[in-house]
Amino acid sequence: MKELLVIFISAVLVNNFVLTYFLGICPFLGVSSQYESAIGMGLAVTFVMTLASSMCWMTYHLLLVPYGLEILQYVVFILVIASLVQVVEMFIKKYSPPLYESLGIYLPLITTNCAILGLTLFMVIRDYNFLQSVVFGFSSGIGFSLVLVMMAGIREELRFSDVPEVFKGAAITLITAGILALSFMGFSGLISS
Amino acid sequence: MKNSFVKGLWKEHPVFRQLLGMCPTLAVTTSAVNGLSMGLAVMFVLNFSSLVVSLIRKVVPSQVRIAVYTIIIATFVTLADVFLKANYPSISKSLGPYVPLIVVNCIILGRAEAFASKNTPVKAVMDSLGMSIGFLWGLILLGGIREILGNGSFFGITLLGPGFEKWVVMVLPAGAFLVLGLLVAAMNFIEKRKTKVKVL
Repeated sequence: MKELLVIFISAVLVNNFVLTYFLGICPFLGVSSQYESAIGMGLAVTFVMTLASSMCWMTYHLLLVPYGLEILQYVVFILVIASLVQVVEMFIKKYSPPLYESLGIYLPLITTNCAILGLTLFMVIRDYNFLQSVVFGFSSGIGFSLVLVMMAGIREELRFSDVPEVFKGAAITLITAGILALSFMGFSGLISS
Repeated sequence: MKNSFVKGLWKEHPVFRQLLGMCPTLAVTTSAVNGLSMGLAVMFVLNFSSLVVSLIRKVVPSQVRIAVYTIIIATFVTLADVFLKANYPSISKSLGPYVPLIVVNCIILGRAEAFASKNTPVKAVMDSLGMSIGFLWGLILLGGIREILGNGSFFGITLLGPGFEKWVVMVLPAGAFLVLGLLVAAMNFIEKRKTKVKVL
């Protein structure tokens, strides 16, 4: 139990996917200009991450390892993720139209979100068992959403401030992310490695 | 033909202008060597997958094209990864999971979808050569700045003497965001000056 808690805190605060591993930067920069869309994207990513970590764990340990096909892991993982996103999209569309309305446009984008593939690769590298992988997937999603929503809040404020012409757009967003990363470094003492 | 090569070097620079391929750009550029090896790996994958995508562009039905492109890219990434692991284990170790993550690098899928799938093989390779050289110099510049400020060295050679107080934050994640943000602003500044001169 303690071990799972450590995975959770580490993935949400200490080794945050966006701010320490730079995974999922594209949606982080693209979708973080508005509060509502940031929350939608965060939910969708958390959902897919939790599913992807369990599906990929099963594929890797029950299919690839027994047949010695580890070399195919990148091709297989990306296929699993792409089809998972597709299935999730169809499922939500059929059973929960309001949820589909709010998540809809973000779901297809998730396939090419490097955070999902990165998650499955870290899961293999760190040799997590099934339960650990699921917790890791879920908490990485929470960490991603947390930073995305914080960033959206900051960027909504930024709209009213006087930013120098050349810094407008991507440059100021990157520098804001840098300052956010600096403040998250304060969490690094929470877990002794 | 020349235009498809040159535009990736500056005008449509993948990192500073289009902000594509951010994860490897920010993550591996703690030193110039890492930037160089990442740039070369991306160059290999980008050129070969553009070539293949362009060759099969008339055969692939458009509904499944993205899946086909992804598999082509993943195959070349696996090749690059195995090659690095076998020949340069230390580089492979310091790049870590970011080599396999080239699969989802938006530059590669972006070029496949926007250019290679609509153009002849020669033109597609010219385009991806330009893009990957642009990516390469971007990574070396970013890695170089971070290595000089954070470690006082360049390509592993100590430049600044022992009296230099290292800016450790530059090799940490926060430094990556800050340096890239400043570089993007610098590019905007140069572009603005250029258009101003033209108007005068």
